[in-house]
Amino acid sequence: MDAKKKDKLATAVIYILVGIVVLILAGILGNILITGVPHLSWHFLSSEASSYQAGGGVRDQLFNSLYLLVLTTIISLPIALGAAIYLAEYAKDNWITNLIRTTIQILSSLPSIVVGLFGYLLFVVQFGLGFSIISGALALTFFNLPILTSNIEEAIKGVPQDQREAGLALGLSNWKTIRGIVLPAALPGILTGIILSAGRIFGEAAALIYTAGQSGSTINYADWNPFSPTSPLNVMRPAETLAVHIWKVNTEGIIPDATIVSAATSALLVIVVIVFNLGARYLGNKLYRKLTAAK
Amino acid sequence: MNDKDKLKEVVDQAIADQQVPHVKLKKMGPSSVDIEKLTKPSKETHQEYWGKGLTYFAIGLIIVLVVSIIGFVGYHGLATFIDNHVNVFHFLTSTDWDPGEGKNHVGAAVMIVTSFAVTLLAALVATPFAVAIALYMTEYSSKKGASFLQSVTELLVGIPSVVYGFLGLTIIIPVIRTLFGGTGFGILAATLVLFVMVLPTITSLTVDSLKAVPSHFRKASMALGATHWQTIYHVVLRVATPRILTAVIFGMARAFGEALAVQMVIGNAVLMPYNLVSPSATLTSQLTSQMGNTVMGTLPNNALWSLALLLLIMSLVFNFLVKLIGKRGQK
Repeated sequence: MDAKKKDKLATAVIYILVGIVVLILAGILGNILITGVPHLSWHFLSSEASSYQAGGGVRDQLFNSLYLLVLTTIISLPIALGAAIYLAEYAKDNWITNLIRTTIQILSSLPSIVVGLFGYLLFVVQFGLGFSIISGALALTFFNLPILTSNIEEAIKGVPQDQREAGLALGLSNWKTIRGIVLPAALPGILTGIILSAGRIFGEAAALIYTAGQSGSTINYADWNPFSPTSPLNVMRPAETLAVHIWKVNTEGIIPDATIVSAATSALLVIVVIVFNLGARYLGNKLYRKLTAAK
Repeated sequence: MNDKDKLKEVVDQAIADQQVPHVKLKKMGPSSVDIEKLTKPSKETHQEYWGKGLTYFAIGLIIVLVVSIIGFVGYHGLATFIDNHVNVFHFLTSTDWDPGEGKNHVGAAVMIVTSFAVTLLAALVATPFAVAIALYMTEYSSKKGASFLQSVTELLVGIPSVVYGFLGLTIIIPVIRTLFGGTGFGILAATLVLFVMVLPTITSLTVDSLKAVPSHFRKASMALGATHWQTIYHVVLRVATPRILTAVIFGMARAFGEALAVQMVIGNAVLMPYNLVSPSATLTSQLTSQMGNTVMGTLPNNALWSLALLLLIMSLVFNFLVKLIGKRGQK
């Protein structure tokens, strides 16, 4: 076979493989949305999950997922921001920094089940917090920190060096330059990073089954006192999220409409994640334009 | 005479002499300069210390976290061997997994073999696809096509792992069941689910590696009369190989640690797999399904922690391999 024929053949193979992957994705998305969306009714979103009958909803799971997402972001953002500023602005290029980067890389590649089990050991057992939202939020924070840190670091590093030099030339201290010039300029990137990691948190289940628990408690949505045991805001109650719900109804399979419930919940999860992804891109672009006056 | 007094003298002298004639220091007598204030760190310096301190604290927190994860899991994982006197060699090679029956029934070989099998197979299936997509994005397609595929891979990453597990359960398992008989659960199903899950990881890292190949390499090859494919095969892929390997290892690390999606389709029976469609168990699936059924501090529980430790060690090994290849690639 001569070189030209080989070239054509290779090109054809590459196009075929790409086509297969696009078809797989289309199939996955189509399947999730087609089987799930018809069951996504207001009733499904607003009623409690049933434990053994058909027709349950995901009201509490949806709330728990969102609440955990907010809590996790509140806890992990300051830490990730600090660590990212350190890595991008203060860290010298030496073996200590290398070691720190390796550590963060290790944390990011740890299986989420291991992170979840560590959370179980430390918070649920050792600190006696039990299966609770706060244990779950802390475990998710561990899971989230390395990715959020490197996303924010990238955003900070993307700010041109000139801007820092301008700040320093005005006599600002290093810290003031970072706070007043670098962080605002990096804001679009940071926001994108936060939203993208939010998508990951929203769909995570393995880190949660042994920290936030696999069952919900009775929630009274009229009670907004965070210290009341039935309040939705109470951080000490066990909480099942959407992703954990899918896993549970499929592995325990007590309710007769497990497939329908998981299809609808999957569709809900995927839609939320897509919205997060598109939102991150849109918001990032818009903020970037606003802050830099670029077209 | 100390430094402060010296400084005061110099300042006083300067004011008295008015050495800089165009800067009029009005209302400034020799005693009006506050030397204490001049020699103390400024407000900005304090802020700088605080700010820097905060960033140090944050990074320290992450390091403490990683160390304590390794410490805690290591401590509980080693308890099987130290407190319960299980033989490490036996643990790694025996297929007899029934920790409730005592220390001679703690063999994790089934989980180890199955975990490696699904990981290797998933990487083996995913790599050609990933390299093809990456090549298409960097060498063939227009910008539009590349950004379309970029969104495709981002979407695949974004889909939660339980959703993959659920799809495996409702689509892949029935297909395997009709094609091969049996229950449908097993390594094949897990491989197919993991294939889709690691594909975007390997793809995006491979794209980075291909983009890092300087374009004058391609031009030089074209100028020699090589075809597009010859250029790709002999030049671009050769240069990018170390980083593509890194990408594959990252994908394998993800496959090895994936818990719920695998647990949903592997079958969860601690049996040595004799073919691709016989139910089995992986390290992660065993942890996920059994951790809630054991009591802290007992042998069955410790044995599970040893599985977790094994996962942790493998994760460290994958990291080490990436570093190693990175170093070799630089040479």
